Amino acid sequence: MKLAVVFAALVAALLFQTTVAGMTLHGGTLVNFVLIAVVCIALSLGALTGLLAGAAGGLVQDAVAGGVVGIGGLSKTLVGFLVGVFGAQFIVSQPLPRLVMFIGGTVLHELCFQSLYALVELRSVQFAWGTMLTQAAINGIIGVLALQIVESAPGLKQRREARRASFARKRF
Amino acid sequence: MAEAEVRKRTGVIFVTAIVAQVLLVSAQVQTRSGVRVLEAVSFGAFARVQGVTSSAVRGVRDVWSNYAELRGAREENQGLKQQLAAMEIQLQEQRALAARTTKLQELLELQQSAELPTVAAEVIGGNPNAMAGIREITIGRGTADGVQAGMAVMAPHGIVGRVIGQPAARAARVQLLIDRYAAAGALTERTRAGGMVVGAERQPPLAMELVSNLQDVKPGDLIVTSGIDGIYPKGFAIGWVENVERTKGLYLSIAVKPAVDFSSLEEVLVVLVPPRPALADEESPRGGGTAK
Repeated sequence: MKLAVVFAALVAALLFQTTVAGMTLHGGTLVNFVLIAVVCIALSLGALTGLLAGAAGGLVQDAVAGGVVGIGGLSKTLVGFLVGVFGAQFIVSQPLPRLVMFIGGTVLHELCFQSLYALVELRSVQFAWGTMLTQAAINGIIGVLALQIVESAPGLKQRREARRASFARKRF
Repeated sequence: MAEAEVRKRTGVIFVTAIVAQVLLVSAQVQTRSGVRVLEAVSFGAFARVQGVTSSAVRGVRDVWSNYAELRGAREENQGLKQQLAAMEIQLQEQRALAARTTKLQELLELQQSAELPTVAAEVIGGNPNAMAGIREITIGRGTADGVQAGMAVMAPHGIVGRVIGQPAARAARVQLLIDRYAAAGALTERTRAGGMVVGAERQPPLAMELVSNLQDVKPGDLIVTSGIDGIYPKGFAIGWVENVERTKGLYLSIAVKPAVDFSSLEEVLVVLVPPRPALADEESPRGGGTAK
């Protein structure tokens, strides 16, 4: 079940990343759905699942996006592991701590990603802090919302089923 | 317990995932020289391992070969020592032979330059009673070779002495000039001041006597035979004046350093000219011939 959820989340994130975000020129740099999925999985299911999801999602994203396969995977593995560890150590059930985790995860991912690419391409590393922080904020907002939605989904179903049952009793 | 196990497993998987992806990235990236990073790193690491392994193998091999060589070193050392000793003996023999050859050559040159009939003789004995001031040697020539009593004996550097006593057929005794009873007529080469050189029991072992106080004699003057004694041919070196002292008497006291090294006589020449009869008939304290 857990594997299926992780797989579904990653596939959905990849689809969003390649379609929705990829439609605009800057969409790929303003949001990273795969990273959001990895952080969500790490916060929900722990460090081990988070790092595996990061590795898998990152490798697939690298393979789809082109370039050096492994850099994104390495970065997301690191983010998934650390977010999972921090999520287990601290209480991150509230939106604000989650936002901090998403922003921190995004910044860490970009630092690692850009540094590795600079290292591979044998050039000096230059960080676009504005773009990075913008993406971190957007990722954070989307991620917090996504988590809220996912977590409220079981209660919503129960409430809807309860409402349907009450309505039926009144009719009959 | 289970939580620790999970943490440990998570850490292992994390490290494995990181390493695997680093290798994956390295396999795709090339260095400036065009070689893939993974190849370069793996080749470098393998080369380092190879170097360490090679060093270890070489060290073991060297230790073993040193041990194997040490096993035979003792026997080889003994053999080399024996060989060295034999070579040293051989070297000494060669040196002695060379020295003797040189002396013989000098003797031959003297024999050819002197217009006197001579015969070369080997010194076969010597110094039977050196402590008593008697200086004699025995040579390997005798009457069979024409040697007679009173004949002069010379070396390449100067006068040695004279034959005393009756020679045997193949041997003869020679009284050295430094003998306390020996004497020879002499003069200084520079001023022709005449006198008589005798053996002296001191250093230097010769002294020149009967030289007038009025004569000009200086240290360094060469003393040669005068020939008036009837034994030694005229003009052969006896020695050099080492010290001159004027005494209260009529004569100078002159110390003479011999021209011949009497301690290393090996080959000599016997002048085959009999002494003049008048002088030869005079008897020395030890067996005839010219004496003091």
